[in-house]
Formats: sequence, C-alpha cells, structure tokens
Amino acid sequence: MEDAARLLQLVVNGAAAGCIYGLIALGFVLIYKATEMINFAQGDIMMLGGFFAFALIAHFGLNYWVGALIAILLTAAFGFALDAVVLRRVIGQPQFAVVMLTLGLGFIFRAAAGITWGYDSVGFNTPFTNRTINLHGLILGQDNVSIIVGTVLLCGVLYLFFSHTRLGVAMQASSQNQLAAYYMGIPVRTVFSLIWAISAGVAAVAGILLSPVSMIDVNMGFLGIKAFAAAVLGGFGSIPGALVGGVVIGIVEQLAGYFLPAGFQEVTSNVVLLATLILRPQGLFAEIAGKRV
Amino acid sequence: MRYLFKTDYRQDTTLWRHRGDLFWYGLLGIVLLAIPFVLSEFYVGELGGVFVFAVAGVGMMLLAGYTGLISLGNAAFLGIGAYTDAILLTHGVPLLVALPVAGLFTGLFGIAIGLPTLRMSGLYLAIATLAFGSIVGTVFQKWDAVTGGFDGFAVPAPDIFGVPIQNATGIYYLSLAVLVIVLWFSANLLRTPLGRAMVAIRDSEISAQSMGIHLARYKTFAFALSAFITGLAGALFAHYVRFLAPDAFDVLLSVQFVTIVFVGGLGSLHGVILGALFVRLLPQFIAIIRDDLPYGIGRMPGLEPSLYGLVLVIVILFEPGGIYGRWIKMKRWFQAYPLKRRTSFRRQKSYARSERLR
Repeated sequence: MEDAARLLQLVVNGAAAGCIYGLIALGFVLIYKATEMINFAQGDIMMLGGFFAFALIAHFGLNYWVGALIAILLTAAFGFALDAVVLRRVIGQPQFAVVMLTLGLGFIFRAAAGITWGYDSVGFNTPFTNRTINLHGLILGQDNVSIIVGTVLLCGVLYLFFSHTRLGVAMQASSQNQLAAYYMGIPVRTVFSLIWAISAGVAAVAGILLSPVSMIDVNMGFLGIKAFAAAVLGGFGSIPGALVGGVVIGIVEQLAGYFLPAGFQEVTSNVVLLATLILRPQGLFAEIAGKRV
Repeated sequence: MRYLFKTDYRQDTTLWRHRGDLFWYGLLGIVLLAIPFVLSEFYVGELGGVFVFAVAGVGMMLLAGYTGLISLGNAAFLGIGAYTDAILLTHGVPLLVALPVAGLFTGLFGIAIGLPTLRMSGLYLAIATLAFGSIVGTVFQKWDAVTGGFDGFAVPAPDIFGVPIQNATGIYYLSLAVLVIVLWFSANLLRTPLGRAMVAIRDSEISAQSMGIHLARYKTFAFALSAFITGLAGALFAHYVRFLAPDAFDVLLSVQFVTIVFVGGLGSLHGVILGALFVRLLPQFIAIIRDDLPYGIGRMPGLEPSLYGLVLVIVILFEPGGIYGRWIKMKRWFQAYPLKRRTSFRRQKSYARSERLR
C-alpha cells in the first residue's frame, strides 16, 4: 500500500513536470506547423515569462492573478515583436540558419535576464506555494496539481480558440497552405506573428506555473531540451501529441529517478528522444508524414 | 586585375587557381613555420588552440557548409576523440597510432547516430545530436572508472619517434600539421564526385536525388567524416589542454563550432580559419578590454556565450556569407573599382521551402 501511494505520487509529480514539457513542446509545434521553423529559444522565452511575472508580482507588488495575466500578455507581445522584427527576415534561408538564429537569441535572452534580474534563483508567493491536498491519505502538493489543472484549462481554451474563432481557423488555414490562405485574404504574415505571440504566451504560462515548484533562474531554459523529446515523441506537428509526449516523458523521468541508479534521470528524456527517432521517427501521433529520404 | 583564361578543362578542378595563389599560400606557410621563433610562448599556445579549433571547424564545415546539415553535438565527438586518444596513450600506444584511431572510433559513433536520424529531415539531426551531446556529456561525468569523472584525466605527454611534444611549440607544430593535412584532404575531397554530391545535397535534396545521389548514404558519409575530423581535433585538444574535465564538452562548445562556420563563412574552407581565429581570440579580446569596461559588464558571467549569440544573430541577419563573404565583396569592389553596382550583391529573393509532403 505504501509503495502504491509512493508510486502514485511519483506519477502525479511526473505528470506535473510533463505538463510543463508539454506546454513548451506545444510552443514548438505551433510555430513548426505554421512556419516550419524550430524555435530553440522557446525555453528561454519561458524563462523570460517567469521573470516578467516575478518582476510584476514580487517587485511591483501586484496581485498574483493580475501579475500573471500581465506577464503572459507581455511575453506574447514580445513573441509577436520577435517574429515581426527578427525571424521574418530569415524566411527562405536554409533551415539551420533559423536553428542557429534562435539558439543565438536564446543566449542573448539569458544574458539580458541575467543583467536585469541577476543570476540567483528567485521566486514569488503564489496561492499554491507550500500547500498540500490530502486525498484519502495521498498527499499532493497544490503546486503540482495547479500545473496539471492549468495545463488542462489552457488546452481547452486553445482548442476552443482554434476551432471556434475566425482568427483560430485562419491560423489553421495559414499553417496548412500559405498560398491558399493568401488567396482567401488572410493576412498571413500577421497571422504568423500572432502564432509566435500565442506560443510565447503559452511558454509564459509554463514559466509561471513552474515557479512554485522550482525557482525561476536564468538557466531554466534548458528545460527546452526535454521539451524537444516531448515534441518528437508526440510526432512534431501534432498538438495533442506534444502534450501526451510531455506527460509520458515527465512520468518516465520520475520513475527512472526512483528505480534506476543516479545519473539515469538526467539522460532519460534524451534516451527516449533517440529511441523514438530510431524506432518510430514519425512519433506517436503522426499528423504530418515525416519526409523520408 | 588578373584575367583568367580557360585553356584546359582541368582548370576547373585545380587546387591553385593561378601562380599567385601558390605564392601567397607558400608565403603564409613560411610565416606560420617561423612564428614560434618570433612570438612569445603565450601567443604560440593561443595560435595552437586556434589550429585545434580550426580542425574541428573543418569537420563542421564539411557537414554544415557543404552538405547543409547541422549538428549540435560535435562537442561530444570532440570529447570522445579526446578521451580515446588520452586512454590509448596511457596504455602506451604511440601518438601516430592513437591520433587516427581516435578519429576512426569517433567516426563510428558518427555512423551510429547518423544512420537512424539522417533518414529524417535536417531539423531532426539538430535535435538528435543535441540529445546525443547531452547524453555523452553525462556519461563522461558519471563513468568515472574510465574518464576519471570530475577528478579529471591527466593526458600523458606524447612523443613522435622519440621527440617529446610537451610545450606550446610542440602542440603548435602538431596541430598545424594536422590542420594542413585535413585542409588538403578536404579541398581534394570537394573536387571529387563525392564532394560534388555533398554540395548537390546541400543545394537541393530533390534534384540531387534525381541525379542518382543516394541521399541517406552520402549524408551518413558526410556525418561520419565530420565526426572523424572532429575526433582528430579532440585528440589534439586533449594534448592542448593536457587535463580533461568532463564538463568541458557541453552544448556551448558545440555552439562555438557552429559559430566558427557561420561567422567564418558557410561553404568555404578559408572561412573555417577566419571563424576559428574569431572564436578563439574573442575571449582573449574580452580579457584585455575587461578592465576598461564599466564595472559589472566585464565580469558578468555568461558574457562570452551571449556575445557568441549576438554575433551569430548579426551574421545570419546581415551577412550570411560571414567574414569570408565580406572579404570577397571587398575584393570585388576594388577589382571593379568604379563600376560597383548597388545590385551586385543584393540578396536574391527567396521563399520558404516546404519540407512537408502535403
């Protein structure tokens, strides 16, 4: 019984971590589906979102919910500007130019955050910090539960947005066929920038949800590497796939940390990634047929 | 200005375009051989480091600049080469054997990673190599029976035919020799059908495939070759630093290699040298001007990576040809002096190429 409860707790913790990976991966997938770019700076945008929230809540003393909302909007605006000013210029250049460009941007963001907020870990008070829920003897941290609930809510909102609003459908159309979208009168460039904004906003949500579990610091962006594993496992280009992939990676990682000797936990996500590429390169939910050569 | 007349088909594939090239490269060679007698030990050591990075840069250039694939795990290959070489030397294997064996062993890893990932589109390679690099980095740290873990690994001083190589000058000449061999090999490779096939893959996979080029095979070859050369560089690196620490081979080092090829100029072997000079000398430059900077900026941790990032961004956005591309433009400007047109180097209009089937 003891073991079962312990396992369940590990699974919940893993699922919470996995939701974060899933949210970052969701950002990759949104951008990849639309523009066929991979944003290596996604993790760093999450870090920026966390720091924005920190500045607003801990520094300016705003209410948690108001501060979080403003931080998400700020990060989204940042994502919009990033695409409109920088990334739009490299369309048509070889893909690895985009890879290197976003990697370089990530380094710059990290340094900028370091200069502004310092290199120490920071945190702020949230309604979920250090509280627990007791479910028939199963003790769960509210911070972890808030991550899972927040992710589910966010996904619901995104689903409704993409399927029921004019703009959401326009985004789907531009992702599927740029030229046809142009012919239908969709302002494709603006739509792409808006997709960047959404993906930055999602990253900011991930950063804010993560802040009570692990503090905010400059190197938070390295979580992005694990999110790659989530995106690849889900089949790059599938939105539910990214989330499921993230949760799977999170749980596997927790279990590996419990059952395997030290050191294995750190490499689990990468091993899963390589194994996916070898065994099932199109991922669990293949929406886009992977181009084989 | 020199006018080149085509009198022979072989002219298209010669190493030297004309006598002038031979003269200048000869002069450069003499200067490089004479440098250790002129400069102080510190600068000789730094130049040795530049050569080591240039060898690794050639490996990256063949992959990124000529085959159009990107690897973010070359630091892992460098590490594998370094540890292989160091371990072989402690078992008494002579350097001239250990060096190529380190390269070949690393090349095997390249094949092992390349085979599954190169069937997919190029972006997967970047992600897979990133994952591979991080796994290898963890292995270096945890497998202390072989690598010594965080205690580090002292690399024994090698000797060639009884001549010990221990000071900076020895490393300088050793790396220079390896660099010249690797450059000569690469320049020759690029003149062969194999090299042309790599360039064809870079320019258009579909048209290369239509010409009968087996994409997966050539890509795997390019990747293995890149790993092989990076492994050689790793062996040199082991002797250059003399003490291997497992956390030296991280993502940042991989990014430095990519910076070498991007900043130097994609698709040119000259660019590798310029890029290696830039990447190795930037930290020195920062160290020199550090005291003149306002307090805080000079001592900021993470200053170097952010500068690499900034330079990468600027180069990709404003000068995709890199330093070498800029040099070519300046040369043309002088050659055609009053006739330079604004459109001479205008970037062609380009469109996003889709990787999707639908």
